[in-house]
Amino acid sequence: MFGKILVANRGEIACRILRTAKRMGIATVAVHSAADSDASHVATADEAVAIGPAPAAQSYLSIEAIVDACRRTGADAVHPGYGFLSERAAFARALAEAGVVFIGPNPGAIEAMGDKIASKRLARAAGVAVVPGRDEALEAVADARAVAAEIGYPVMIKASAGGGGKGMRVVRSEAGLAEAFERARSEAMSSFGDDRIFVEKFVVDPRHVEIQVIGDRHGNVVHLGERECSVQRRNQKVLEEAPSPLLDEATRAAMGAQAVALAKAVGYDSAGTVEFVAGQDRSFHFLEMNTRLQVEHPVTELVTGLDLVELMIRVAAGEPLPFGQGDVKLSGWAVESRVYAEDPRRGFLPSIGRLSTYRPPEAGRFGDATVRVDDGVVEGAEVTIHYDPMIAKLVTHAPTRAAAIDAQALALDGFALDGPACNLDFLAALMANARWRAGALSTGLIGEEFPDGFSGGAPAGETARETAAIAVVCDHVGNKRKRAIAGPMRAPRPVTFDAARSVRIGAAEFVARVAEDGDAFAVTFADGARLRVASDWWLGDPVWRGEIDGRPAAARVAPVENGLRIARGGHAADARVHSRAEAALAALMPAKAARRGASRLTTPMPGVLRRLDVKEGDALKAGDPFCVVEAMKMENVLRADRDGAVGRVLAKVGDTLAADAPIAEFA
Amino acid sequence: MKHVIEDLGRRRGRARLGGGAARIDAQHAKGKLTARERLSILLDEGSFEEFDAFVEHRATEFGMAANKVPGDGVVTGWGTVNGRAVFVYAKDFTVLGGSLGEAHAGKITKVQDLALRNKAPIVGLFDAGGARIQEGVAALGGYAEVFQRNVLASGVIPQISLVMGPCAGGDVYSPAMTDFVFMVRGTSYMFVTGPDVVKTVTGETVTAEELGGADVHATRSSVADGAYDDDVTLLLQARRLIDFLPSSNVSGAPHWPTRDDPDREEPSLDTLAPENPNAPWDVKELVRKVADERDFFEIQEAHAKNVVVGFARIAGRPVGIVANQPAALAGVLDADASRKAARFVRFCDAFSLPLVTFVDVPGFLPGTAQEYGGLIKHGAKLLFAYAEATVPKVTVIARKAYGGAYDVMASKHLRGDVNYAWPTAQIAVMGAKGAVEILHRAELGDPGKIAARAKDYEARFMSPFVAAERGYVDDVIMPRETRRRVARALAMLEGKALANPWKKHDNIPL
Repeated sequence: MFGKILVANRGEIACRILRTAKRMGIATVAVHSAADSDASHVATADEAVAIGPAPAAQSYLSIEAIVDACRRTGADAVHPGYGFLSERAAFARALAEAGVVFIGPNPGAIEAMGDKIASKRLARAAGVAVVPGRDEALEAVADARAVAAEIGYPVMIKASAGGGGKGMRVVRSEAGLAEAFERARSEAMSSFGDDRIFVEKFVVDPRHVEIQVIGDRHGNVVHLGERECSVQRRNQKVLEEAPSPLLDEATRAAMGAQAVALAKAVGYDSAGTVEFVAGQDRSFHFLEMNTRLQVEHPVTELVTGLDLVELMIRVAAGEPLPFGQGDVKLSGWAVESRVYAEDPRRGFLPSIGRLSTYRPPEAGRFGDATVRVDDGVVEGAEVTIHYDPMIAKLVTHAPTRAAAIDAQALALDGFALDGPACNLDFLAALMANARWRAGALSTGLIGEEFPDGFSGGAPAGETARETAAIAVVCDHVGNKRKRAIAGPMRAPRPVTFDAARSVRIGAAEFVARVAEDGDAFAVTFADGARLRVASDWWLGDPVWRGEIDGRPAAARVAPVENGLRIARGGHAADARVHSRAEAALAALMPAKAARRGASRLTTPMPGVLRRLDVKEGDALKAGDPFCVVEAMKMENVLRADRDGAVGRVLAKVGDTLAADAPIAEFA
Repeated sequence: MKHVIEDLGRRRGRARLGGGAARIDAQHAKGKLTARERLSILLDEGSFEEFDAFVEHRATEFGMAANKVPGDGVVTGWGTVNGRAVFVYAKDFTVLGGSLGEAHAGKITKVQDLALRNKAPIVGLFDAGGARIQEGVAALGGYAEVFQRNVLASGVIPQISLVMGPCAGGDVYSPAMTDFVFMVRGTSYMFVTGPDVVKTVTGETVTAEELGGADVHATRSSVADGAYDDDVTLLLQARRLIDFLPSSNVSGAPHWPTRDDPDREEPSLDTLAPENPNAPWDVKELVRKVADERDFFEIQEAHAKNVVVGFARIAGRPVGIVANQPAALAGVLDADASRKAARFVRFCDAFSLPLVTFVDVPGFLPGTAQEYGGLIKHGAKLLFAYAEATVPKVTVIARKAYGGAYDVMASKHLRGDVNYAWPTAQIAVMGAKGAVEILHRAELGDPGKIAARAKDYEARFMSPFVAAERGYVDDVIMPRETRRRVARALAMLEGKALANPWKKHDNIPL
């Protein structure tokens, strides 16, 4: 076994690998860029080596720097994690030359699977179902017509060099083929300078299912079942699960056997993933093979009880796989959500900044549910522009899919995060989504279920009632404490609060009474409905945890003026709790139109304009940064105080500005 | 007897109705509540005891004899806020426009006298048309009677003004002399002379909102300490403020029980102040993480954002927080920030609220605008305020404490009781670059030498240890333990007794 492992990665995956290495009693080395010197993975490892400035190209992607770090620390093996150098054969070779073991597949396998067309040919040769179509570039429309006739419509016309949807066209019948072919070709030429075009079968309403395989250096390969990752946004996975609600035993066995056959064909000797596109009819075709540990590997670990990182380390050290295919048993269901620093209410724009609050839900086993949090940050960490915006992976496991989803929903509601905007509310809304819950997935699910984007506003119906119950109980805790303030008059009667409270959440209004009931609260609504709410929440806690009628519940709560902002189940709304008399008067208050800010963007301080983030015509939202002004040797980020479109820009970078000097006008 | 009781009922009914149903509807249509409705929110339910509901004016000129309404345009009395006595007067815009005449003023001065005698806060609610012109000089006299009492009560009981409608001319000076002024956006304004007079005299065309609206006063003029969207929001926030305030300068602060552990560690504070001295950070995160329950009642949030002041509690006891804000103007002290903080420090000192000061200040703001604007005198106000304060003073230097601004910010030399520094603290006359350019002027032509000198200077002076070696800071503490250390220091200082020499009053540089 290795004496010391260097982890050539950062963030959650570095922390996750370091944990296993430590458990195995192996010494650990972290590498970090200048932006990451305080990062969690650095604190987790026994040693840390600085490998360059913040941009990944000069640090985490520098083969030279990492090989040098191995040399300096005496590490005898490197785990690359995912991303960065994990699928670079050159990296594996450079390590081998330096006498360091690469914890991953042999370079030959990486190369074989790294080329899309070559891997497809290899797959076909290994008896793996590939998407019907022609591997070579087509010269003319006639060729395309012939191929399409052979494989059947609909077909996809794809540029060889394509990516990001450019140069791709779906053709549903022969009528549209000629035009689509020419359009794709010219688009491919103008976008990529390469007009080679392919035609392949287009899978309608596709699902993404992948098989986890692991091989050793003795020719053994087994598969560890599948994962379904159909819930994606712009080709970025959002939710993953194992097993897949689509597969039956026969399909699983067939898919697994093909994945193993492909792995064996390339001499695969580590953990890898064979990705398939599947139709709703369970037909499936090979897409590609990822020759690394996947982001979503924890769902496989939770249903198999295996530690994939440990297995990777052991096989890299030459140990044979400790089990055969027959020993792999899948148990229960696991669901993973990716928590990203992005704003779902604003088109999923990435967001950066300091995590001023970061309190993930407690990990561990709760009844028959397991909660696992894979993260690489702590409260106070900075989400920067330099790296992937994923903050954490939240994984839950339970005997059934429904129970795993319930556990995931509860864990998401109990996850407090402030600073950068994040997608927690969106993930929680997905957990409540009927199609997701039914397992009726496809890669188009998010677009189809949220056609107008995500708003995540006030809850309705029973969800609103439960949120109202939480609000009224929080209000009760606050009121009761206020009664204990020092210095009240010795009045003949104590201060009382009207026990009937009015709760306004969005457009909904509830009237409810709170009575203490042992260590819980009985909440009785005006319409007679009752909820028993138990919680030991105290003022200032960012997460409310408790039970509603015996069912566990959680919510993010944050104080707002005269109320609480409560986020739960994908809904976030301000709850205002009043006495009924106050509520009657509050109802007289006019709704204030959003305040209009100034008509210009100005600097409140004298200084030098260091960066300008806007140009004429840009749309700004209140709070968006628009420039950086250096004053008193400090860089101050100025933010728009209202929404609007940018008109004329009145300053340029390098200008010395007086206080209140205009930087741009609103149109 | 029976007819007296009947008459009482009838009179009370008339008084409660104020200016009548039509005027009440008009008030609501403007988005405003009536005086009595406002008091019902400000005070604990059913706690309001009204005085002088039957008072009427005695004016006769200009047809006033026929225009009498019981109460005379102001509702006065007392009630409780979470059980603590508070005196109140609320202008009733539905009665004679809430204008102030002799009888009206008499009602106000009566509760002012009671409040002062009984050592309880007084809250005035403003929504009125100014002096009652028909009463002439009697109205002016009435104003002055109110002003005089404002001044005598200043520093003895908290005085709070809630401006919830027009407040112009003579009406503005009473709020101006009280401790805190809150305003409602859109429906309230304050100015000495209104838009019409402004137009006549200076030719400027300006709306009432632009001239003296809530945002103008909360942001630019600093006349207002808070601006809120509507009456209900403002009144509930006023209750929240009162919970922080002692009833008087001899009563002690109103503590309450909390489950928030005073020993709570906040590991994230270790990374809050960036190592790069030019990078900004938000001091409010520090304030919230040190305070009980993340609860911070900020005063003058929108004005002079480079210094943050407000109330918090630590271990259940209210304290005043003063903090340089590196996220705005680098946390520099300018004239506005100095005045804002100075006034707040003096309020806390007057009412025996301990001061907790967080320091990250690069100095005073240079420039002609500042110097011509009297930065020396305004900066001196803050220096003066801290120096004269005898309440417990606990200071934490988070990062920069440069030059004179170091002295000002509750330093040991100004009788700071417990002064801590974070390891990131840099206590020095100025930043390294500036210092080296003065100390080694002869080497200015050699960038290499200057850089080396700057490095030496940083190593020697840009740390908390030069100050710690002299005892100017009592300890260097880990940021994560700030709450525990501050809470313990405040507990230790609870018995602090310190008196300044007898004087009639001091002569702060106004």
